[in-house]
Amino acid sequence: MREIVVVSGKGGTGKTSLSAAFSYLEGDNAIVCDCDVDAANMHLLLDASFSNQRDFFSGEVALIDKELCTNCGKCADVCRFDAISIADGQHVVDPISCEGCHYCSKVCKKDAIEMKTQKAGDIYTSDIKNETKMVHAKLGFGAENSGKLVAKVKQDAKLLALQKNKAYVITDGSPGIGCPVISSLSGANLVVLVTEATISGLHDLERVIKLVKTFNLKAVCIINKYDLNEEMTNSIEKFLKTEEIDVVGKLPYDETFTKALAMAQTIVEYDSNSKLAINIKNSWEKIKESVS
Amino acid sequence: MKITIASGKGGTGKTTISTNLTSYIASMGNSVVLADLDVEEPNSALFLQTKLLNTQTSNKMVPNWEEVDCTLCGQCAKNCNFNAIVAMPSEILVFPELCHSCYACSELCPTNSLPMTAARIGEIKKFKVDGFDFIEGRLDLGQEMAVPLIAQTIEYTTKNYPNHIKIFDAPPGTSCPVIEASRGSDFVMLITEATPFGLNDLILAVETMRVLDQKFGVIINRYGIGDASVEEYCQKEGIPIITKVQNDKEVAKLYSKGELLYKKIPHFKNSLDEIISFIGGIDA
Repeated sequence: MREIVVVSGKGGTGKTSLSAAFSYLEGDNAIVCDCDVDAANMHLLLDASFSNQRDFFSGEVALIDKELCTNCGKCADVCRFDAISIADGQHVVDPISCEGCHYCSKVCKKDAIEMKTQKAGDIYTSDIKNETKMVHAKLGFGAENSGKLVAKVKQDAKLLALQKNKAYVITDGSPGIGCPVISSLSGANLVVLVTEATISGLHDLERVIKLVKTFNLKAVCIINKYDLNEEMTNSIEKFLKTEEIDVVGKLPYDETFTKALAMAQTIVEYDSNSKLAINIKNSWEKIKESVS
Repeated sequence: MKITIASGKGGTGKTTISTNLTSYIASMGNSVVLADLDVEEPNSALFLQTKLLNTQTSNKMVPNWEEVDCTLCGQCAKNCNFNAIVAMPSEILVFPELCHSCYACSELCPTNSLPMTAARIGEIKKFKVDGFDFIEGRLDLGQEMAVPLIAQTIEYTTKNYPNHIKIFDAPPGTSCPVIEASRGSDFVMLITEATPFGLNDLILAVETMRVLDQKFGVIINRYGIGDASVEEYCQKEGIPIITKVQNDKEVAKLYSKGELLYKKIPHFKNSLDEIISFIGGIDA
């Protein structure tokens, strides 16, 4: 089983549309995994059933018992997150500011502070198009620990792939370079970088590649919207060459991406004989060669 | 006045709107400052002609083990709820990336063997741009926690520009970084596109704003492709639509080169005028 993680650094480059297209092409040979838990949306293209829901618990929040509390104020003194304030003469915790560090509960002389485990989100293993399954999640509103949720989603997808003896896990990664994307990348056999021929596309690609290199991961790249700015495409290709990263596809600026999305279809379903669809199929074949 | 430009989905046009809006407001003679809070992938600077004025290091406080008086009692590891400290038989190991700077290990240590010291997580840069100042927070690669740097960048901007209009270019998503970038603002503008992805991520962002009890409105970008579902949703929920920016490949082309748009594209300038007249009606 090989895990292929699609990431982009910058948003809006076509990462999810391409991940969904690859998933559709590979069908029941792969398990699909949506690690963009902050704003998950691959389910829209793959007609996910939202089955087999599980609660995901992570992080804690302090809760003050008014009956036991003497309002000595020690908790508020030690809190570094300004999470404890006084309302109507009573110390209370703002759950959004609370980091769950336990410091207040440890210094409370009256044992009036209890740490409550928070439900941080929901995880699903859904049936999706083309006879396969997708593990995906929904982070609770304002919840933290999306890195941990990403790790859990990936773990469940990999276990399922091993149980069902699948050839691939195709993972739609998170944006950025922080904790969720670091979780997304861990253990990947191949990273597919999706960038676009814009100045910010190149900038964010450079940063995400540095991250990929620190984890010693193998990567290939797809340049989307290459005809928006051919000069920029050249700069991106030159940069990739120095980083020894192969380009496995160059796709034109094409509103088919949006039209297919509006129909809740992957690009390869929407018009399977179009030049764009054939281009994407070729990229997927090259990706599979790179990871074999 | 503090305005945060945010979005659930990435790539919807936060940076385009933030940079153009700030430049346009400045060109009308107003005092305005722009801060890039997308510290993981800051790229507002790519669209501005900047001159660097100064750079300051951004730190977070982490415990630093001092062997001398330590009895290896292991209390610090028990007091850390983030697994950032491991007590070994002969030493204490600290993992700074996991530390949330709560100080519990340090202040509860019986022998004061874990003094808190500053550890670099990134930098805050101040630039001069034609007509306004621009502040950028930039997280070091390999750092996992963006929130402390976002908070410091907001604090820096608020302290140094108390009377300016402050425009914050937020990170994408709906979790902790966006919350940090949004709370404390007078108004949040959520940018979306009129597609099912745009709608899905807008709904998540709206729910987050409601949890925060934050005032917000919506800007629809790339209007004209996709479908009507975002508009219908906003109408049903009573969310103000601040402007609709027309879909235009010319916009994408100018963007790809890092150029400001409002000087060249009249319909884009009209949208900025609508945003500015909307801002005029916000109670701050």
